[in-house]
Amino acid sequence: MNAHDEDRIKQLLQQALPPIEDDAEPERDLWPAMLQRLDAKPTPPPWFDWALLAGLVGLAAFFPASIPVFLYYL
Amino acid sequence: MQNEASSVLNEFQQGDLNAFETLFRMHQRAVYGWILRIVRNPATAEDLTVETFWRIHRAHARFDPLHGFEGWSRRVATHAALDWLRTKRPEDELPADIAAPPCADPAISAEIRCKTALAFQRLPPKLRIAAILSVVEELPGKEVAEALGISVAAAKLRVFRALRLLRKDLQQQGITP
Repeated sequence: MNAHDEDRIKQLLQQALPPIEDDAEPERDLWPAMLQRLDAKPTPPPWFDWALLAGLVGLAAFFPASIPVFLYYL
Repeated sequence: MQNEASSVLNEFQQGDLNAFETLFRMHQRAVYGWILRIVRNPATAEDLTVETFWRIHRAHARFDPLHGFEGWSRRVATHAALDWLRTKRPEDELPADIAAPPCADPAISAEIRCKTALAFQRLPPKLRIAAILSVVEELPGKEVAEALGISVAAAKLRVFRALRLLRKDLQQQGITP
């Protein structure tokens, strides 16, 4: 890609997505939502995550050769 | 004044909720504006601002008052926006500001602008953030790199890859830049 192409793509992008104004601010006070979020109890991981973890541990225990393969795809 | 600010940062690090509220009120506008630049949707930017400050609150013990709050909050905000972009499909509705942007160049039709915006949404989120901050918002490379937590060279490379992929996508749609 040459400099001309690069400039043209940049120009297209600036036309498609105009810059956001610097003085943008939220339409509402976000502190009440923040307090609500802080008070919310953390949700426990779903059972499927635990089952997946148990499966992976089992796989690694019975087939140690699969560990490098698993790490490769991680 | 500086002592007061430093004291707020230290109190926040120790988990003080009042200090957190002070920092929230001081920085929420900047964080919101930063996220809005990335996600370009006011309602989403508000939700992600709350998400960012929640992550900040959760990580208060790891905060180093010597390094300041602004850069740290910006990095956390960038990652929160990145996580959100990863969950979003490219076909999702375009933000309102894309529908009718001011057109400085009459040679660029609304159709081309729309196709460019859609092609941009198909880029990998990491490349999209780098390109939007660097090309659209025209922020200095150092600022972009700091927000992404990578080197300036790596940030430039992401922008270059984003532009190259965008050109390829537009060419496949019959638009020759």
